[in-house]
Amino acid sequence: MPRHRFELNGQPVSVDVPDEMPLLWVLRDVLQLTGTKYGCGIMQCGACTVHLDGEPTRTCRLPVAEAAGRRVTTIEGLAGDSLHAVQRAWIAEQVPQCGYCQSGQIMSAAALLRRARRPSGAQVEAALAGHICRCGTYARIRRAVARAADALAVAPAWTDEDAGAEDG
Amino acid sequence: MADGPFKVSRRDLLVATGAGAVAGGAALVLGVWYGRRQERFTKRVPSRSQPFAPSIYLAIDGDGLVTIWLTRSEMGQGVSTALPMLIAEELEVELDAVRLEHAVANRNYGPQLTGNSAAVRKLWSPLRQAGAAAREMMIAAAAAQWGVSASECSARDGHAIHGPSGRRSPYGGLVEAAAALPVPAKPRLKPDDALRLLGRRQPRLDVPAKVDGSARFGLDVRLPGLRYATIVRCPIFGGDLAGFDAASVQGRAGVDEVFELDGGVAIVGDSTWAVLSAAEVLDARWDGDAGFDDAQLAARLERGLEAAGHVAREEGDAARWKSGRTVQAEYRTPFLAHATMEPINATAWIRDGRCEIWAPTQAPQGAQRMAMKLTGLAEPNVIVHVTLLGGGFGRRAANIEVRDAVLVAKRVKGPVQLVWSREADVQHDVYRAATAHRLEAALDSEGAPVAWRHRVASPSLMGRTDELDPLMLHGATELPYGIERVEVSWSSVASPVPLGFWRSVAHSYNAFAIECFVDELARAAQQDPVALRRKLLQSAPRHLGVLEKVAAKAGWGAPLAAGLARGVAVHGSFGSFVAMVAEVRRGERGVTVERVVAAVDCGRVVNPQIIEAQIEGGIVFGLTAALHGRIELRAGRVVQSNFHDYPMLRLADMPEVVVEILPSEEEPGGVGEIGVPPIAPAVANALASLGGEPPRELPISHG
Ligand code: FES
Ligand code: FES
Repeated sequence: MPRHRFELNGQPVSVDVPDEMPLLWVLRDVLQLTGTKYGCGIMQCGACTVHLDGEPTRTCRLPVAEAAGRRVTTIEGLAGDSLHAVQRAWIAEQVPQCGYCQSGQIMSAAALLRRARRPSGAQVEAALAGHICRCGTYARIRRAVARAADALAVAPAWTDEDAGAEDG
Repeated sequence: MADGPFKVSRRDLLVATGAGAVAGGAALVLGVWYGRRQERFTKRVPSRSQPFAPSIYLAIDGDGLVTIWLTRSEMGQGVSTALPMLIAEELEVELDAVRLEHAVANRNYGPQLTGNSAAVRKLWSPLRQAGAAAREMMIAAAAAQWGVSASECSARDGHAIHGPSGRRSPYGGLVEAAAALPVPAKPRLKPDDALRLLGRRQPRLDVPAKVDGSARFGLDVRLPGLRYATIVRCPIFGGDLAGFDAASVQGRAGVDEVFELDGGVAIVGDSTWAVLSAAEVLDARWDGDAGFDDAQLAARLERGLEAAGHVAREEGDAARWKSGRTVQAEYRTPFLAHATMEPINATAWIRDGRCEIWAPTQAPQGAQRMAMKLTGLAEPNVIVHVTLLGGGFGRRAANIEVRDAVLVAKRVKGPVQLVWSREADVQHDVYRAATAHRLEAALDSEGAPVAWRHRVASPSLMGRTDELDPLMLHGATELPYGIERVEVSWSSVASPVPLGFWRSVAHSYNAFAIECFVDELARAAQQDPVALRRKLLQSAPRHLGVLEKVAAKAGWGAPLAAGLARGVAVHGSFGSFVAMVAEVRRGERGVTVERVVAAVDCGRVVNPQIIEAQIEGGIVFGLTAALHGRIELRAGRVVQSNFHDYPMLRLADMPEVVVEILPSEEEPGGVGEIGVPPIAPAVANALASLGGEPPRELPISHG
């Protein structure tokens, strides 16, 4: 069995699994990090989104071999010493219902706010277009992204460190 | 199960107890709270390790930590906040000071089924009484210690307080003494003006774990030595396995075992991916009648409308049909899948004469009974842990996957997590029924409807063919409009498609047909749709209340931007009443719903922000169905398989939603489902007023 090494939430990991095993299942079943979710398996719902070298990436079809040598951040690694601004905004706006889609939504929103500190409505829609929330929390997601952007704007001391353990 | 991923409540098994009227040790249940069920509950109760456990719902330990047992499943609807609020309010503890445990399946908890939007409706009184009784016992224990009268004492923030002296004693120090006291049979509830939590916005207790990845759903159960499994089943409804080639998957990396099971093929392996990807390439042959398809369904529904049908309501003078003009319209709604965000799963482990199950289920007691039957084990040896549910919507009351998990667990060693792929979920669901409706009305010379006939044809949820299935007519039989002659009937249509409860059940399609038809009547009589409803709802004050509220709030009648139109609908369900006004545009990208105003009367309110969220969510659920939802049948099987062909509303499609909750002193009504029924007709009515043929078939983009 081939060995695959990558960085996971700031720590080096190595796993012995087939090359084509999707990163999603390596995270969930091998490494037992279950915050990243399975929703469709065909890149339609976004539940499986992580950051790969800082970029939001769906992992249900991403062979683990393609993560080799790269930095993977999951929802469990998004917070640094305190919660990420997006997580705080999600709490303030009381976004989750069942919560199952939210890891993925939050990872995409966090990546968006690193790219665009003041995203337009259209940018938010585009960044989250790949995510499904069956519970229908979209209105609150919109508000929470705006709130997180506000929080980041009034906190000039904000650094990537505040945004979690990963860099950009 | 100390090595399990969940905090398992010690020995939450059935334990015999000679319960006297004392709240100590092996615990006592306040039978008086359970009305007719008193006897059943006082026989055997779950034991508690906490010294003070005055009811099945709560216990307090020596550190003052309050544990609350959730006897309903959290599937996003907010019970894990609303139910603790009812206890914390009366117990006088802060909401964030309580610790929650999901109750294991145990009939001593009373019914644990989460459904019918009934959690708060059923538990509003029992949970408040449980909290109040515990509070009174704490106060009595403190008063005895201080040598003062209990009437001079009160409680606040987890402390008993003596008013005159200002002495305070934390609950933790009182538990031993309180446990020796009799449980008050009629604890006094707080007066409404003293309520601090109920009716106010409270943050949900489950939110923090749902933003940092720590929330544990069924698929997140991880146990030592856990293996994964899936069952491949015949894609043709009613069909069977004809044969399979085990070699087509055996030898694949991670696949351990392949065997025939329950009319399908079970694959067991060391990862979810190993078994789901093996299922995709499994070489299996199926037998079955591949004749059923949408054309057959349509023909059967058509015939159903012509059949005599079973009458559910017939009242008033049939001569009203001769009053003059009649109006008629037909409506169609398709089969629908639930598509809960968390794919279907359950985990089971059979060993040492015990069967332990971890399931995101709406029906833990049903799961327990099913497992007892499958394993032959007795009730105390079948332990069902309820995890968080990644959506339920009625699907997770069916427990098909629990059966799967137990069947596989019987065949293999160690714990096994049974997973359905999304494709299996969409193609093997228990579906919302497809329906056909014929509505007719007679109008008098003023244009007011004086006779109404609603015929529904559909397959039967209860499997009925020659008698009425009243479930299929929920929302139709109880037509609230004041019309002299009313006839409502249903006829059964044969179909091989398995049916289930789907958020708001029959209300979802009956509200569509009825509310669209009321707009047809308004058009026929050249009346304003709100004005006509107002006239017909004079003896239905709560319907009328939400109608007036929504019309005012939405600015009904005020001019709109070019290309936009408003539509209205009002519907009562699950003890609550909702009216909606949708502002809709028909553009190049299809139908756009820009704004929805909802007025809600759900009686006494527990947590307004959860109600708002449920209405927002119900609108999205209903809009997904109205604009996209359709399960098609071809060659005896479901055509759709995943989100690419069974699409969901996405963020860009989300309308602005305004929710107005009417103040009410009525009993609490349901909130989890009530947002679904009115949205489809509100949108269809808006489109009709934009001109062209009114939509009479769902989904709208299809019709
Ligand atoms: S699970 Fe990867 S996009 Fe749905
Ligand atoms: S919160 Fe349930 S799917 Fe999004």
